Amino acid sequence: MLPKRRIYELSVFSGFILLAGLLIQEPYYQNVLIFIGIHAILTVGLNLLMGYAGQISLGHAAFFGIGAYSSGILTATHGWSPLSAMLVAVIVTAVIAVIIGIPSLKLTGYYLAMATLGFGIIVYIMFREMSQFTGGASGLVGIPPLSFGKWTLGTGTDYFFFVWGLLFVVIVLSLNMVDSQVGRAFRAIHDSEIAALSLGIDTSRLKLKVFVISAVYASIAGSIYAHYITFISPSSFGFMFSIKLVTMVVIGGMASIWGALFGAATITILPEILHVFAEYDVIVFGIILIVVMIFMPQGLTCGILDAWQKSKRLARKRALMEQKARL
Amino acid sequence: MDLAAQTLQFLFSGITNGAIYGLIALGFTIIYNATEVINFAQGELVMLGGMIMIALSKGTNLPLPAGFVISVSIVSIVGASFERFTIRPLKNPTQIGIIIITIGVSILLKGVAMFIWGKETLSSRPFSHSPPIHVGSATLDPQSLWILGITFGILLLLQLFYQKTITGKAMRACAFNKRAAGLVGIPTQKMILLSFVLSAAMGAAAGVAITPITMCSYDMGTILGLKGFCAVVLGGLGSTIGSVVGGFILGIVESLGAGLISSSLRDAIAFVLLLGMLFVRPQGIFGIKEVKKI
Repeated sequence: MLPKRRIYELSVFSGFILLAGLLIQEPYYQNVLIFIGIHAILTVGLNLLMGYAGQISLGHAAFFGIGAYSSGILTATHGWSPLSAMLVAVIVTAVIAVIIGIPSLKLTGYYLAMATLGFGIIVYIMFREMSQFTGGASGLVGIPPLSFGKWTLGTGTDYFFFVWGLLFVVIVLSLNMVDSQVGRAFRAIHDSEIAALSLGIDTSRLKLKVFVISAVYASIAGSIYAHYITFISPSSFGFMFSIKLVTMVVIGGMASIWGALFGAATITILPEILHVFAEYDVIVFGIILIVVMIFMPQGLTCGILDAWQKSKRLARKRALMEQKARL
Repeated sequence: MDLAAQTLQFLFSGITNGAIYGLIALGFTIIYNATEVINFAQGELVMLGGMIMIALSKGTNLPLPAGFVISVSIVSIVGASFERFTIRPLKNPTQIGIIIITIGVSILLKGVAMFIWGKETLSSRPFSHSPPIHVGSATLDPQSLWILGITFGILLLLQLFYQKTITGKAMRACAFNKRAAGLVGIPTQKMILLSFVLSAAMGAAAGVAITPITMCSYDMGTILGLKGFCAVVLGGLGSTIGSVVGGFILGIVESLGAGLISSSLRDAIAFVLLLGMLFVRPQGIFGIKEVKKI
């Protein structure tokens, strides 16, 4: 059972979803919100891995891509129903995550970063080169929209509620996990793997577990992405996207589920705001990345909260001083 | 062409590429040894070196050595400001934080290069105008010899610097134990700055040397940097000789694999090697330090 604070947070969140879904009808804003939702599903999973268990992955775009391509190929080429294709995509991703996770997760720090980076690039090259299945560099076209039996998701509102509803479920599951004994074990691994091991925590099994869970979230997000856009090409699943995901997690704040949502929203909206710079927006993006990491290494969420608390403390101090002066 | 001649040809191009990868890997190693930072912007420094050289030689009659020196100096200044403004201000650097900052720098440099030079692919004239050399039925581009010469020259200079000069010895001490080096009066902060300058200069030299044979564009740095990075892991993170050897192994295996097996999977070979090495022997061929494996 979730603690009271979580239920309070979740009801505010579901209220926000309802309001946003009903009030925002402009297709452009709906589109941005749907992308925020898809990215948030990815970052909540990646945050479990990076923020809670302390294991970096620079190759998560690969799992997103495996989900998208499995769904795309099964529905567009073989005529499967989207739901069964999505289930198969999840299974495929989980198996690959286990195979790659067992040797990778023995490594730590930079070495784990390199291994996941290498895996991500290999998968990206496979998408590009196995053109008889994936359509190669020009992409895979004709992916049908999401449908469940006779009901097909047609409008932006349908997709909005589907994506954000799923995000709600993902967040509930993740909150449940981090508040449980497993979540505490993750944090123990983060602080010291040797200490966790000596306390009887099966660290390698737990690390693998969270790696597979985050890969499965990424796969689901990928399937939805493929059905929503109806066209996928390798460039959406490259090294840069993996970096963007890590950035979302770090900017949002490590070890914070709500921070992951905030980070996904920030990095998704940023290019839209930077539109005035046209293609030079990358310059501004780079500068923002550097500045945030130097001055708020805990992420924007923590940075802003810290600043707010500091100002509150200062105000309280000032009030006390004034009181004393009056006496 | 029979198989033997073909193999020889692939070997030549493999050695050339290997020298380039080795040079880039050396840049990674110098910074890693001084600071334990893995610089994801190393490839962009190579790109900058090449681009500045092309910009200098276009339209002017600047002699080659002058262009080389100017290009290397400009990129060295970029390297110095990189350390001063993004790495030094960090209070409690974490590995994830460093990875993201250096990636931020690489995105920034790439964007600036696109802003200045646009998106087209450029190339510069070769260092010497001698005709290709024929070895059996294979041919060798004279520029390859230049690249090999530059790589070995730099490796030699670097070894002399590390072994014979007081600054080089101080840098080694700094790499071995920063705190102890500081206690005996070595200005560690200056050494870190120097390592970034050296590494940037080396990257620029690589960039200048390769532009005549590989085309140069604003986005070529990323894949070069990643390949150099694979070379580092193959040779062993932190080993000077290892990075050059790793570069050559990578270059040769890649070229032979692409030529004899499948050219479309060319870029994947480097990363398959990387994963294989990490899973079997993460400390690399020349690595001494035991990698923490749990």
